[in-house]
Amino acid sequence: MGYMCWSSEIAYSGGMARFAADVPTRGGFSFDLCQRNEMLLKKGNQLPTFRKTGTTIVGLVFEDGVILGADTRATEGPIVADKNCEKIHYMAPNIYCCGAGTAADTEAVTDMVSSQLQLHRYATGRESRVVTALTLLKSHLFSYQGHVSAALVLGGVDITGPHLHTVYPHGSTDTLPFATMGSGSLAAMAIFESKFREGLTRDEGIKLVSEAICSGIFNDLGSGSNVDVCVITRGQTEYLRNHQLPNPRTYVSSRGYNFLKGHTGKTGEPYIPPNPRR
Amino acid sequence: MSIFEYNGSALAAMVGKNCFAIASDRRLGVNLQTVATDFQRIFKIHDKLYIGLSGLATDAQTMYQRLVFRHKLYQLREERDMKPQTFASLVSALLYEKRFGPYFCQPVIAGLGDDDVPFICTMDCLGAKELAKDFVVSGTASESLYGACESMYKPNMESEELFETISQALLSSVDRDCLSGWGGHVLLVLLVFTLSHILCQFQGHQPKCRKEP
Repeated sequence: MGYMCWSSEIAYSGGMARFAADVPTRGGFSFDLCQRNEMLLKKGNQLPTFRKTGTTIVGLVFEDGVILGADTRATEGPIVADKNCEKIHYMAPNIYCCGAGTAADTEAVTDMVSSQLQLHRYATGRESRVVTALTLLKSHLFSYQGHVSAALVLGGVDITGPHLHTVYPHGSTDTLPFATMGSGSLAAMAIFESKFREGLTRDEGIKLVSEAICSGIFNDLGSGSNVDVCVITRGQTEYLRNHQLPNPRTYVSSRGYNFLKGHTGKTGEPYIPPNPRR
Repeated sequence: MSIFEYNGSALAAMVGKNCFAIASDRRLGVNLQTVATDFQRIFKIHDKLYIGLSGLATDAQTMYQRLVFRHKLYQLREERDMKPQTFASLVSALLYEKRFGPYFCQPVIAGLGDDDVPFICTMDCLGAKELAKDFVVSGTASESLYGACESMYKPNMESEELFETISQALLSSVDRDCLSGWGGHVLLVLLVFTLSHILCQFQGHQPKCRKEP
């Protein structure tokens, strides 16, 4: 993880060769455009809103393993950018991770740790452990002091048993029997606190997770659309994509729009514009 | 005013039956003044892969140059063209690299993948991918575009109908946005060939080319 900070320091202080020759970088962040963006901010331009997953993500431990759940809405400010995005990310065959916060950060951080876990599996020849993923995530997030805005619910089953953790953007973690994160976490936690008990069966667990996510979907404006569920047990993982669709699209026009050929005015013969000079 | 509203842009891509269409507006502005009416936002990477870049025009052009550079290196090494999914990951990585000082552009990527299955995808300016099966939109007119595409889109449209649908969605959305417009540029890519048209849109009082039903 140390190399990430190192290469970015070089980009910041040196900065010369990197502009001219666009050599594929060695990884990590590059801060080339920070000065220019500061200048634009000072001139009165506001920074853009990033796509967030204002989310409901949950996890619980049941008798045979771990169940994770998530809604499927991605927002860009007040607009729903994606009605069916995937928030349960693959980390290892026996470990999955739900992500809330800035969408680019959750995707990048889970992809990166997933690759590191694969390399670790090759090096050790063993199945990955959940605490390995946890430590890799928390040390990356801590080193960026919360600026990488990823709030995660990490769950999996390894040789030592089922584990469920939450990871906060600043790098702190909790180990819990049931957990919720995201803007809909309070709505989901209300369901968990009233109905959770130790030793749930698989069907009871899936039902409870779906209820908690639905509670987030209907009561929180940042969460919506469908319910994704992932059931992880010793030796087997089931990813139930769109397990429930409580928000079907019902406003379809039966006739639809029918645009006849030639309806749109064109200026003449088709042409291919030249690509700009380099 | 947001940095995305400095130049103004509108982009949409739609999936049809074994084809896709990508469309953009043609205005380049500096805040509220129009500087060009033939600005190119959709760029070709290879015959079956196009990328449209909305947002700050200078960042869009820089991103395009970097991407073409990387794609040419890839062609030299691999001796083939990049698949759209791979290209989308490349764009995402280039954007995320600048996480704390980002490029102010939002790409719309459209291509024909293996077995000529159409692929479309958009990202925010940090590289968070959104893969869609129907349509993707981007730019200052995105809110109108979401509405227009949502209502006009039908699955499995043939190429001619797809062209008409995406054109109407684009023109009606940019009509409601001051910062984008001056016609449209639509590229329709089929298995066999690519069709590219410039759309006209009336400015002022007299409708010139748009036919009314």
